[in-house]
Amino acid sequence: MVAIKRVIDYAVKIRVKPDKSGVETSNVKMSMNPFCEIALEEALRIKESGRASEVVAVSAGPAQCVDTLRTGLAMGADRAIHVEFPGTLYPLSIAKILKALVDAEKPGLLLLGKQAIDDDCNQTGQMIAGLLKWPQGTFASKVVLDEENKVATVDREVDGGLETLCLDLPAVITTDLRLNQPRYATLPNIMKAKSKVIKKLTPQDLNVEIRSDLEVVQVTEPPKRKAGLILSSVDELIDKLKNEARVL
Amino acid sequence: LSTLILAEHERGAVKASSLSAVEAAKCVGEDNSISLLLAGSGPSLQEAAAHAASCHPSISQVLLADSNKFAYPLAEAWAKLVHLVQQKGSYSHIIAGSGSFGKNILPRAAALLDVSPITDVTEISGSNLFVRPIYAGNALSTVRYTGSGPCMLTIRSTSFPLEGTAAPSVSNAAPIDKVDLSTLSEDDAIGKSKYISLSSQDTDRPDLGNARIVVTGGRALKSAENFKLIEKLAEKLGAAALMFYQVGQTGKIVAPELYMAFGVSGAIQHIAGMRDSKVIVAVNKDADAPIFQVADYGLVGDLFEIIPELLEKLPEKK
Repeated sequence: MVAIKRVIDYAVKIRVKPDKSGVETSNVKMSMNPFCEIALEEALRIKESGRASEVVAVSAGPAQCVDTLRTGLAMGADRAIHVEFPGTLYPLSIAKILKALVDAEKPGLLLLGKQAIDDDCNQTGQMIAGLLKWPQGTFASKVVLDEENKVATVDREVDGGLETLCLDLPAVITTDLRLNQPRYATLPNIMKAKSKVIKKLTPQDLNVEIRSDLEVVQVTEPPKRKAGLILSSVDELIDKLKNEARVL
Repeated sequence: LSTLILAEHERGAVKASSLSAVEAAKCVGEDNSISLLLAGSGPSLQEAAAHAASCHPSISQVLLADSNKFAYPLAEAWAKLVHLVQQKGSYSHIIAGSGSFGKNILPRAAALLDVSPITDVTEISGSNLFVRPIYAGNALSTVRYTGSGPCMLTIRSTSFPLEGTAAPSVSNAAPIDKVDLSTLSEDDAIGKSKYISLSSQDTDRPDLGNARIVVTGGRALKSAENFKLIEKLAEKLGAAALMFYQVGQTGKIVAPELYMAFGVSGAIQHIAGMRDSKVIVAVNKDADAPIFQVADYGLVGDLFEIIPELLEKLPEKK
Protein backbone atom coordinates (compact mmCIF):
# COMPACT_ATOMS: atom_id res chain seq x y z
CA MET A 1 0.00 0.00 0.00
CA VAL A 2 1.24 3.46 -0.87
CA ALA A 3 -0.14 6.66 0.68
CA ILE A 4 -0.08 9.68 -1.60
CA LYS A 5 -0.85 13.35 -1.10
CA ARG A 6 -2.05 16.07 -3.45
CA VAL A 7 0.01 19.25 -3.02
CA ILE A 8 0.83 22.46 -4.86
CA ASP A 9 3.21 21.52 -7.67
CA TYR A 10 6.84 21.81 -6.60
CA ALA A 11 7.64 24.26 -9.39
CA VAL A 12 4.92 26.77 -8.46
CA LYS A 13 6.05 29.93 -6.72
CA ILE A 14 4.25 30.05 -3.38
CA ARG A 15 2.20 33.18 -2.66
CA VAL A 16 0.94 34.02 0.79
CA LYS A 17 -2.65 35.32 0.83
CA PRO A 18 -2.93 39.02 1.78
CA ASP A 19 -5.26 38.19 4.69
CA LYS A 20 -2.59 35.86 6.11
CA SER A 21 -5.01 32.94 6.25
CA GLY A 22 -2.81 30.65 4.19
CA VAL A 23 -1.17 30.35 0.81
CA GLU A 24 -2.92 30.89 -2.52
CA THR A 25 -4.27 27.60 -3.86
CA SER A 26 -6.91 28.71 -6.36
CA ASN A 27 -5.80 28.53 -9.99
CA VAL A 28 -2.57 26.89 -8.91
CA LYS A 29 -1.25 23.70 -10.47
CA MET A 30 -1.60 20.73 -8.12
CA SER A 31 0.44 17.54 -8.36
CA MET A 32 1.38 14.41 -6.52
CA ASN A 33 3.84 15.16 -3.71
CA PRO A 34 7.31 14.30 -5.17
CA PHE A 35 8.24 12.08 -2.21
CA CYS A 36 4.97 10.16 -2.68
CA GLU A 37 5.87 9.61 -6.35
CA ILE A 38 9.12 8.04 -5.18
CA ALA A 39 7.20 5.82 -2.72
CA LEU A 40 4.83 4.72 -5.47
CA GLU A 41 7.71 4.09 -7.89
CA GLU A 42 9.40 1.88 -5.28
CA ALA A 43 6.18 -0.09 -4.78
CA LEU A 44 5.84 -0.57 -8.55
CA ARG A 45 9.43 -1.81 -8.82
CA ILE A 46 8.80 -4.25 -5.96
CA LYS A 47 5.75 -5.56 -7.79
CA GLU A 48 7.63 -5.77 -11.11
CA SER A 49 10.36 -7.82 -9.45
CA GLY A 50 7.71 -10.31 -8.38
CA ARG A 51 7.87 -9.51 -4.69
CA ALA A 52 4.37 -8.04 -4.46
CA SER A 53 1.11 -9.09 -6.08
CA GLU A 54 -0.65 -5.76 -6.04
CA VAL A 55 -0.03 -2.03 -5.46
CA VAL A 56 -2.86 -0.08 -3.83
CA ALA A 57 -2.65 3.72 -3.80
CA VAL A 58 -4.55 5.53 -1.06
CA SER A 59 -5.18 9.20 -0.40
CA ALA A 60 -7.22 11.19 2.09
CA GLY A 61 -8.53 14.69 1.48
CA PRO A 62 -10.94 16.69 -0.66
CA ALA A 63 -12.71 15.44 -3.79
CA GLN A 64 -9.87 16.52 -6.11
CA CYS A 65 -7.54 13.91 -4.60
CA VAL A 66 -9.12 11.59 -7.15
CA ASP A 67 -7.04 13.33 -9.83
CA THR A 68 -3.86 12.53 -7.93
CA LEU A 69 -4.95 8.93 -7.41
CA ARG A 70 -5.70 8.72 -11.14
CA THR A 71 -2.09 9.79 -11.78
CA GLY A 72 -0.97 7.02 -9.45
CA LEU A 73 -3.08 4.51 -11.38
CA ALA A 74 -1.56 5.79 -14.63
CA MET A 75 1.93 5.24 -13.19
CA GLY A 76 0.92 1.63 -12.58
CA ALA A 77 -0.95 1.20 -9.30
CA ASP A 78 -3.59 -1.55 -9.57
CA ARG A 79 -6.38 0.17 -7.67
CA ALA A 80 -6.95 3.11 -5.40
CA ILE A 81 -8.87 4.13 -2.31
CA HIS A 82 -9.95 7.69 -1.64
CA VAL A 83 -11.01 8.69 1.86
CA GLU A 84 -12.91 11.89 1.27
CA PHE A 85 -12.81 14.69 3.81
CA PRO A 86 -13.21 18.35 2.87
CA GLY A 87 -11.49 19.96 5.87
CA THR A 88 -7.92 20.13 7.11
CA LEU A 89 -6.37 16.79 7.97
CA TYR A 90 -3.34 16.80 10.23
CA PRO A 91 -0.88 13.87 10.22
CA LEU A 92 -2.43 12.28 13.34
CA SER A 93 -5.81 12.00 11.58
CA ILE A 94 -4.17 10.73 8.39
CA ALA A 95 -2.31 8.11 10.43
CA LYS A 96 -5.59 6.96 11.99
CA ILE A 97 -7.25 6.75 8.57
CA LEU A 98 -4.28 4.78 7.22
CA LYS A 99 -4.41 2.43 10.19
CA ALA A 100 -8.05 1.67 9.45
CA LEU A 101 -7.17 1.04 5.78
CA VAL A 102 -4.26 -1.23 6.70
CA ASP A 103 -6.48 -3.16 9.11
CA ALA A 104 -8.94 -3.72 6.26
CA GLU A 105 -6.49 -4.34 3.39
CA LYS A 106 -3.68 -6.10 5.29
CA PRO A 107 -0.78 -5.06 3.02
CA GLY A 108 2.66 -6.57 3.54
CA LEU A 109 4.37 -3.20 3.28
CA LEU A 110 3.27 0.42 3.68
CA LEU A 111 5.25 3.02 1.73
CA LEU A 112 4.97 6.79 2.17
CA GLY A 113 7.00 9.83 1.17
CA LYS A 114 9.10 11.07 4.07
CA GLN A 115 7.32 14.42 4.01
CA ALA A 116 4.89 16.51 1.99
CA ILE A 117 6.35 19.58 0.35
CA ASP A 118 3.46 21.78 1.49
CA ASP A 119 3.39 21.50 5.28
CA ASP A 120 6.85 19.87 5.53
CA CYS A 121 5.64 17.93 8.58
CA ASN A 122 7.60 14.70 8.17
CA GLN A 123 5.35 12.88 10.68
CA THR A 124 2.74 10.63 9.08
CA GLY A 125 4.92 7.57 8.41
CA GLN A 126 6.35 7.52 11.91
CA MET A 127 2.87 8.00 13.40
CA ILE A 128 1.18 5.24 11.43
CA ALA A 129 4.07 2.89 12.29
CA GLY A 130 3.53 3.70 15.97
CA LEU A 131 -0.23 3.11 15.76
CA LEU A 132 0.26 -0.20 13.92
CA LYS A 133 3.13 -1.27 16.19
CA TRP A 134 5.09 -1.96 13.02
CA PRO A 135 8.81 -1.24 12.69
CA GLN A 136 9.73 1.85 10.69
CA GLY A 137 12.45 2.70 8.21
CA THR A 138 12.28 6.44 7.60
CA PHE A 139 14.20 8.54 5.02
CA ALA A 140 15.03 5.45 2.98
CA SER A 141 17.52 5.68 0.12
CA LYS A 142 17.68 1.92 -0.51
CA VAL A 143 15.19 -0.87 0.19
CA VAL A 144 15.92 -4.58 -0.22
CA LEU A 145 13.16 -7.09 0.49
CA ASP A 146 13.93 -10.62 1.60
CA GLU A 147 10.69 -12.60 1.29
CA GLU A 148 12.15 -15.80 2.61
CA ASN A 149 13.06 -14.30 5.97
CA LYS A 150 10.22 -11.75 5.87
CA VAL A 151 12.55 -8.80 6.44
CA ALA A 152 13.43 -5.57 4.67
CA THR A 153 16.91 -4.07 4.75
CA VAL A 154 16.71 -0.30 4.59
CA ASP A 155 19.45 2.30 4.14
CA ARG A 156 18.40 5.54 5.84
CA GLU A 157 19.78 9.00 5.22
CA VAL A 158 20.59 10.26 8.71
CA ASP A 159 22.51 13.34 9.84
CA GLY A 160 25.84 11.57 10.23
CA GLY A 161 25.72 9.46 7.08
CA LEU A 162 23.90 6.33 6.03
CA GLU A 163 22.30 4.02 8.58
CA THR A 164 21.29 0.47 7.71
CA LEU A 165 18.42 -1.24 9.52
CA CYS A 166 16.79 -4.64 9.18
CA LEU A 167 13.02 -4.55 9.70
CA ASP A 168 10.61 -7.42 10.26
CA LEU A 169 7.77 -7.32 7.74
CA PRO A 170 5.17 -5.91 7.66
CA ALA A 171 6.85 -2.54 8.05
CA VAL A 172 6.43 1.15 7.28
CA ILE A 173 9.01 2.73 4.99
CA THR A 174 9.22 6.44 4.19
CA THR A 175 11.16 7.44 1.12
CA ASP A 176 13.90 10.01 0.65
CA LEU A 177 14.78 11.82 -2.54
CA ARG A 178 17.55 9.54 -3.73
CA LEU A 179 15.72 6.21 -3.49
CA ASN A 180 14.74 6.14 -7.16
CA GLN A 181 13.70 8.19 -10.19
CA PRO A 182 9.92 7.99 -10.62
CA ARG A 183 8.59 7.06 -14.06
CA TYR A 184 6.28 9.13 -16.19
CA ALA A 185 2.85 7.80 -17.02
CA THR A 186 2.66 6.82 -20.68
CA LEU A 187 -0.38 7.69 -22.78
CA PRO A 188 -1.65 4.09 -23.04
CA ASN A 189 -1.33 3.75 -19.27
CA ILE A 190 -3.18 7.02 -18.72
CA MET A 191 -6.00 5.64 -20.86
CA LYS A 192 -5.93 2.32 -19.01
CA ALA A 193 -6.04 4.12 -15.66
CA LYS A 194 -9.44 5.55 -16.52
CA SER A 195 -11.03 2.17 -16.14
CA LYS A 196 -9.29 1.24 -12.89
CA VAL A 197 -11.32 1.33 -9.69
CA ILE A 198 -11.12 4.11 -7.12
CA LYS A 199 -13.03 3.08 -4.04
CA LYS A 200 -14.58 5.92 -2.08
CA LEU A 201 -14.81 5.97 1.70
CA THR A 202 -15.30 8.55 4.42
CA PRO A 203 -13.62 8.75 7.83
CA GLN A 204 -17.01 7.74 9.29
CA ASP A 205 -17.02 4.56 7.20
CA LEU A 206 -13.68 3.72 8.81
CA ASN A 207 -14.82 4.73 12.30
CA VAL A 208 -12.12 7.40 12.48
CA GLU A 209 -12.94 10.52 14.42
CA ILE A 210 -11.24 13.59 12.91
CA ARG A 211 -9.90 15.79 15.64
CA SER A 212 -7.90 18.94 15.18
CA ASP A 213 -5.51 19.90 17.95
CA LEU A 214 -3.82 22.59 15.94
CA GLU A 215 -5.07 25.95 14.80
CA VAL A 216 -3.27 28.00 12.17
CA VAL A 217 -3.20 31.54 13.55
CA GLN A 218 -1.58 33.15 10.55
CA VAL A 219 0.64 32.48 7.56
CA THR A 220 3.15 35.16 6.65
CA GLU A 221 5.98 35.71 4.22
CA PRO A 222 9.44 35.05 5.53
CA PRO A 223 11.70 38.06 6.02
CA LYS A 224 13.53 38.76 2.79
CA ARG A 225 17.28 38.70 2.51
CA LYS A 226 18.35 41.79 0.69
CA ALA A 227 20.28 41.09 -2.46
CA GLY A 228 23.95 41.71 -1.95
CA LEU A 229 26.85 42.91 -4.00
CA ILE A 230 28.14 41.40 -7.19
CA LEU A 231 31.90 41.53 -6.98
CA SER A 232 34.38 41.52 -9.80
CA SER A 233 37.35 39.57 -8.51
CA VAL A 234 38.57 37.01 -6.02
CA ASP A 235 40.74 39.69 -4.40
CA GLU A 236 37.70 41.82 -3.79
CA LEU A 237 35.84 38.86 -2.32
CA ILE A 238 38.64 38.03 0.10
CA ASP A 239 38.89 41.69 1.07
CA LYS A 240 35.13 41.93 1.74
CA LEU A 241 35.08 38.72 3.77
CA LYS A 242 38.03 39.90 5.84
CA ASN A 243 37.29 43.55 6.37
CA GLU A 244 33.56 44.07 5.87
CA ALA A 245 31.92 40.81 6.93
CA ARG A 246 34.83 39.88 9.22
CA VAL A 247 34.27 36.17 8.83
CA LEU A 248 37.79 35.21 7.77
CA LEU B 1 5.09 24.05 33.06
CA SER B 2 7.46 21.15 32.75
CA THR B 3 9.44 20.03 29.75
CA LEU B 4 10.98 16.73 28.79
CA ILE B 5 13.89 16.98 26.37
CA LEU B 6 14.54 13.92 24.23
CA ALA B 7 18.30 14.28 24.13
CA GLU B 8 20.97 12.84 21.89
CA HIS B 9 24.46 12.09 23.07
CA GLU B 10 27.71 11.11 21.45
CA ARG B 11 31.06 10.08 22.88
CA GLY B 12 30.00 10.79 26.45
CA ALA B 13 28.58 14.27 25.88
CA VAL B 14 25.15 15.74 25.19
CA LYS B 15 24.93 16.95 21.60
CA ALA B 16 24.73 20.68 20.93
CA SER B 17 21.36 20.24 19.17
CA SER B 18 19.89 18.84 22.40
CA LEU B 19 21.20 21.85 24.33
CA SER B 20 19.45 24.05 21.75
CA ALA B 21 16.29 22.17 22.72
CA VAL B 22 16.96 23.29 26.31
CA GLU B 23 17.23 26.89 25.04
CA ALA B 24 13.91 26.39 23.26
CA ALA B 25 12.35 25.02 26.44
CA LYS B 26 13.39 28.22 28.22
CA CYS B 27 11.29 30.16 25.67
CA VAL B 28 8.17 28.15 26.52
CA GLY B 29 7.70 30.13 29.70
CA GLU B 30 9.18 31.04 33.05
CA ASP B 31 9.18 28.47 35.85
CA ASN B 32 9.58 25.71 33.31
CA SER B 33 11.20 22.76 34.97
CA ILE B 34 13.38 21.03 32.40
CA SER B 35 14.18 17.32 32.48
CA LEU B 36 16.63 15.80 30.05
CA LEU B 37 16.01 12.22 28.96
CA LEU B 38 19.12 10.27 27.99
CA ALA B 39 19.01 6.69 26.81
CA GLY B 40 21.70 4.27 25.81
CA SER B 41 23.86 1.69 27.42
CA GLY B 42 27.28 1.35 28.92
CA PRO B 43 29.94 3.77 30.15
CA SER B 44 29.42 6.42 27.46
CA LEU B 45 25.84 6.86 28.72
CA GLN B 46 27.06 7.38 32.29
CA GLU B 47 29.59 9.89 31.03
CA ALA B 48 26.91 11.72 29.03
CA ALA B 49 24.67 11.80 32.10
CA ALA B 50 27.41 13.43 34.16
CA HIS B 51 27.92 15.94 31.38
CA ALA B 52 24.16 16.59 31.14
CA ALA B 53 23.85 17.19 34.87
CA SER B 54 26.26 20.09 34.87
CA CYS B 55 26.45 21.43 31.30
CA HIS B 56 23.45 23.76 31.35
CA PRO B 57 22.12 25.70 34.35
CA SER B 58 18.49 25.31 33.24
CA ILE B 59 18.47 21.52 33.39
CA SER B 60 16.82 20.55 36.66
CA GLN B 61 16.83 16.79 36.26
CA VAL B 62 18.51 14.13 34.16
CA LEU B 63 16.55 10.96 33.45
CA LEU B 64 18.63 7.97 32.58
CA ALA B 65 17.35 4.95 30.64
CA ASP B 66 20.11 2.36 30.64
CA SER B 67 19.35 -0.70 28.56
CA ASN B 68 20.82 -2.43 25.55
CA LYS B 69 17.46 -1.74 23.87
CA PHE B 70 18.73 1.83 23.50
CA ALA B 71 22.22 0.98 22.31
CA TYR B 72 21.13 2.28 18.88
CA PRO B 73 18.59 4.99 18.10
CA LEU B 74 15.77 2.65 17.02
CA ALA B 75 12.47 4.50 16.95
CA GLU B 76 10.40 1.54 18.16
CA ALA B 77 12.09 1.37 21.57
CA TRP B 78 12.75 5.08 21.99
CA ALA B 79 9.18 6.15 21.18
CA LYS B 80 7.92 3.66 23.74
CA LEU B 81 10.41 5.10 26.26
CA VAL B 82 9.08 8.62 25.72
CA HIS B 83 5.56 7.26 26.16
CA LEU B 84 6.56 5.57 29.42
CA VAL B 85 8.35 8.61 30.83
CA GLN B 86 5.47 10.90 29.87
CA GLN B 87 2.94 8.69 31.61
CA LYS B 88 4.95 8.97 34.82
CA GLY B 89 5.99 12.61 34.55
CA SER B 90 2.97 14.25 32.84
CA TYR B 91 5.10 16.92 31.21
CA SER B 92 3.41 19.87 29.57
CA HIS B 93 5.96 19.90 26.74
CA ILE B 94 8.20 17.35 25.05
CA ILE B 95 10.95 18.75 22.84
CA ALA B 96 13.58 17.21 20.57
CA GLY B 97 15.97 18.71 18.05
CA SER B 98 14.67 18.41 14.50
CA GLY B 99 17.58 16.36 13.20
CA SER B 100 17.06 12.89 11.77
CA PHE B 101 17.08 11.48 15.34
CA GLY B 102 14.24 13.66 16.67
CA LYS B 103 12.21 13.55 13.47
CA ASN B 104 12.37 9.78 13.43
CA ILE B 105 11.31 9.24 17.04
CA LEU B 106 9.13 12.12 18.23
CA PRO B 107 6.18 11.69 15.81
CA ARG B 108 6.02 7.98 16.62
CA ALA B 109 5.97 8.80 20.35
CA ALA B 110 3.29 11.43 19.67
CA ALA B 111 1.09 8.83 17.96
CA LEU B 112 1.43 6.55 20.99
CA LEU B 113 0.31 9.49 23.15
CA ASP B 114 -2.48 10.49 20.70
CA VAL B 115 -0.93 13.93 20.22
CA SER B 116 -0.43 16.11 17.12
CA PRO B 117 3.25 17.08 17.11
CA ILE B 118 4.70 20.26 15.61
CA THR B 119 7.78 19.89 13.40
CA ASP B 120 10.67 22.28 12.83
CA VAL B 121 9.69 25.07 15.20
CA THR B 122 11.79 28.19 14.63
CA GLU B 123 10.18 30.54 17.14
CA ILE B 124 8.25 30.07 20.38
CA SER B 125 5.80 32.92 21.06
CA GLY B 126 4.12 31.44 24.12
CA SER B 127 3.55 28.15 25.86
CA ASN B 128 1.31 26.95 23.03
CA LEU B 129 2.09 29.31 20.15
CA PHE B 130 4.77 28.37 17.64
CA VAL B 131 6.18 29.57 14.33
CA ARG B 132 7.38 27.07 11.75
CA PRO B 133 8.37 27.31 8.10
CA ILE B 134 6.17 25.63 5.49
CA TYR B 135 6.61 25.23 1.72
CA ALA B 136 10.38 24.89 2.11
CA GLY B 137 10.59 28.15 4.02
CA ASN B 138 8.59 30.15 1.48
CA ALA B 139 5.99 30.89 4.13
CA LEU B 140 5.93 30.98 7.90
CA SER B 141 3.01 29.46 9.73
CA THR B 142 2.04 30.42 13.26
CA VAL B 143 0.19 27.55 14.92
CA ARG B 144 -1.55 27.26 18.24
CA TYR B 145 -1.65 23.93 20.00
CA THR B 146 -5.11 23.34 21.44
CA GLY B 147 -4.86 19.65 22.31
CA SER B 148 -5.14 18.22 25.78
CA GLY B 149 -2.02 16.05 25.81
CA PRO B 150 1.53 17.30 26.05
CA CYS B 151 2.70 19.75 23.43
CA MET B 152 5.31 17.91 21.37
CA LEU B 153 7.83 19.84 19.28
CA THR B 154 10.92 19.33 17.22
CA ILE B 155 12.93 22.52 17.08
CA ARG B 156 15.47 23.82 14.58
CA SER B 157 18.64 24.14 16.56
CA THR B 158 19.88 26.99 14.34
CA SER B 159 16.96 29.07 15.63
CA PHE B 160 17.77 28.50 19.30
CA PRO B 161 21.50 29.12 19.65
CA LEU B 162 23.20 28.43 22.96
CA GLU B 163 23.43 31.46 25.19
CA GLY B 164 27.09 31.99 25.95
CA THR B 165 29.17 29.17 27.29
CA ALA B 166 28.59 29.22 31.01
CA ALA B 167 31.27 27.38 32.91
CA PRO B 168 30.07 23.95 33.97
CA SER B 169 28.82 24.22 37.53
CA VAL B 170 29.76 20.97 39.16
CA SER B 171 28.57 22.25 42.53
CA ASN B 172 25.13 22.87 41.10
CA ALA B 173 24.73 19.59 39.27
CA ALA B 174 21.21 18.38 38.52
CA PRO B 175 20.14 15.07 40.05
CA ILE B 176 20.40 11.98 37.84
CA ASP B 177 17.44 9.61 38.19
CA LYS B 178 17.09 6.19 36.62
CA VAL B 179 13.99 5.42 34.59
CA ASP B 180 12.19 2.27 35.72
CA LEU B 181 12.14 0.19 32.54
CA SER B 182 10.38 -2.87 33.96
CA THR B 183 7.22 -2.29 31.91
CA LEU B 184 9.01 -1.52 28.64
CA SER B 185 9.15 -4.99 27.11
CA GLU B 186 5.37 -5.19 26.78
CA ASP B 187 5.35 -3.32 23.50
CA ASP B 188 5.49 -5.75 20.63
CA ALA B 189 7.17 -3.38 18.17
CA ILE B 190 10.43 -3.42 20.12
CA GLY B 191 12.72 -6.00 18.60
CA LYS B 192 11.12 -5.83 15.16
CA SER B 193 13.93 -3.61 13.94
CA LYS B 194 17.63 -4.31 14.09
CA TYR B 195 20.51 -1.93 13.70
CA ILE B 196 23.03 -3.14 11.13
CA SER B 197 25.53 -0.35 10.55
CA LEU B 198 26.24 3.33 10.14
CA SER B 199 28.57 4.45 7.39
CA SER B 200 29.54 7.90 8.50
CA GLN B 201 31.06 10.60 6.44
CA ASP B 202 34.56 11.89 6.89
CA THR B 203 35.01 12.92 10.50
CA ASP B 204 38.26 14.88 10.22
CA ARG B 205 36.56 18.13 9.41
CA PRO B 206 34.10 19.82 11.77
CA ASP B 207 30.64 18.30 11.65
CA LEU B 208 27.84 20.42 10.28
CA GLY B 209 26.33 21.36 13.61
CA ASN B 210 29.53 23.01 14.76
CA ALA B 211 30.98 24.25 11.50
CA ARG B 212 31.52 28.00 11.44
CA ILE B 213 31.96 27.85 7.67
CA VAL B 214 30.13 25.60 5.21
CA VAL B 215 31.21 25.16 1.58
CA THR B 216 28.86 23.52 -0.94
CA GLY B 217 29.32 22.45 -4.52
CA GLY B 218 26.51 22.36 -7.05
CA ARG B 219 25.64 20.65 -10.29
CA ALA B 220 28.29 22.69 -12.10
CA LEU B 221 30.94 20.45 -10.52
CA LYS B 222 29.71 17.72 -12.90
CA SER B 223 31.56 14.87 -11.20
CA ALA B 224 32.39 13.44 -7.81
CA GLU B 225 36.05 13.81 -8.75
CA ASN B 226 35.64 17.56 -8.95
CA PHE B 227 34.13 17.61 -5.47
CA LYS B 228 37.73 17.26 -4.24
CA LEU B 229 38.18 20.92 -5.18
CA ILE B 230 35.42 21.84 -2.74
CA GLU B 231 36.97 19.60 -0.11
CA LYS B 232 40.36 21.22 -0.59
CA LEU B 233 38.88 24.65 -0.09
CA ALA B 234 36.96 23.45 2.97
CA GLU B 235 40.17 22.09 4.43
CA LYS B 236 41.90 25.41 3.95
CA LEU B 237 39.01 27.26 5.63
CA GLY B 238 38.42 24.71 8.39
CA ALA B 239 34.95 24.31 6.93
CA ALA B 240 32.44 21.53 6.39
CA ALA B 241 32.03 20.49 2.73
CA LEU B 242 28.75 19.36 1.20
CA MET B 243 27.03 18.73 -2.08
CA PHE B 244 24.11 21.06 -2.77
CA TYR B 245 21.51 18.29 -2.44
CA GLN B 246 22.59 17.63 1.12
CA VAL B 247 21.31 21.06 2.13
CA GLY B 248 17.72 22.18 2.11
CA GLN B 249 14.22 20.83 2.32
CA THR B 250 15.37 17.30 1.68
CA GLY B 251 18.63 17.54 3.55
CA LYS B 252 20.13 19.47 6.37
CA ILE B 253 19.42 22.95 7.64
CA VAL B 254 22.57 24.97 8.22
CA ALA B 255 23.16 28.48 9.51
CA PRO B 256 26.92 29.00 9.75
CA GLU B 257 28.70 32.35 9.95
CA LEU B 258 29.87 31.93 6.37
CA TYR B 259 28.16 29.87 3.66
CA MET B 260 29.92 29.57 0.32
CA ALA B 261 28.07 28.05 -2.62
CA PHE B 262 29.96 27.15 -5.81
CA GLY B 263 28.04 26.36 -8.94
CA VAL B 264 24.79 26.10 -7.00
CA SER B 265 21.87 27.61 -8.90
CA GLY B 266 19.76 28.21 -5.81
CA ALA B 267 16.51 26.26 -6.16
CA ILE B 268 14.01 27.19 -3.45
CA GLN B 269 14.51 23.79 -1.85
CA HIS B 270 18.20 24.53 -1.41
CA ILE B 271 17.77 28.11 -0.23
CA ALA B 272 15.37 26.83 2.42
CA GLY B 273 18.30 25.03 4.01
CA MET B 274 20.79 27.88 4.22
CA ARG B 275 18.92 31.19 4.21
CA ASP B 276 19.66 31.81 7.90
CA SER B 277 23.43 31.79 7.37
CA LYS B 278 25.05 35.03 8.48
CA VAL B 279 27.07 35.73 5.35
CA ILE B 280 26.33 34.00 2.04
CA VAL B 281 28.81 33.93 -0.84
CA ALA B 282 27.72 32.62 -4.24
CA VAL B 283 29.93 31.80 -7.20
CA ASN B 284 28.15 30.89 -10.42
CA LYS B 285 28.74 31.20 -14.16
CA ASP B 286 25.14 32.24 -14.70
CA ALA B 287 24.61 35.85 -13.61
CA ASP B 288 20.85 35.22 -13.44
CA ALA B 289 21.11 32.27 -11.03
CA PRO B 290 18.56 32.74 -8.24
CA ILE B 291 21.23 32.17 -5.61
CA PHE B 292 22.51 35.70 -6.24
CA GLN B 293 19.24 37.05 -4.86
CA VAL B 294 20.06 35.77 -1.40
CA ALA B 295 23.85 36.08 -1.48
CA ASP B 296 25.60 38.90 0.35
CA TYR B 297 28.52 38.62 -2.04
CA GLY B 298 28.25 37.24 -5.52
CA LEU B 299 30.95 36.45 -8.02
CA VAL B 300 30.01 35.64 -11.60
CA GLY B 301 32.54 33.22 -12.98
CA ASP B 302 33.77 29.69 -13.49
CA LEU B 303 34.30 27.83 -10.24
CA PHE B 304 37.12 25.87 -11.84
CA GLU B 305 39.06 29.13 -12.11
CA ILE B 306 37.85 30.80 -8.95
CA ILE B 307 38.43 27.98 -6.46
CA PRO B 308 42.11 27.53 -7.42
CA GLU B 309 42.58 31.28 -7.14
CA LEU B 310 40.94 31.28 -3.72
CA LEU B 311 43.13 28.38 -2.64
CA GLU B 312 46.16 30.37 -3.63
CA LYS B 313 45.13 33.70 -2.15
CA LEU B 314 43.24 32.80 1.02
CA PRO B 315 45.26 33.36 4.18
CA GLU B 316 46.58 30.22 5.88
CA LYS B 317 44.41 29.03 8.71
CA LYS B 318 46.18 29.47 12.02
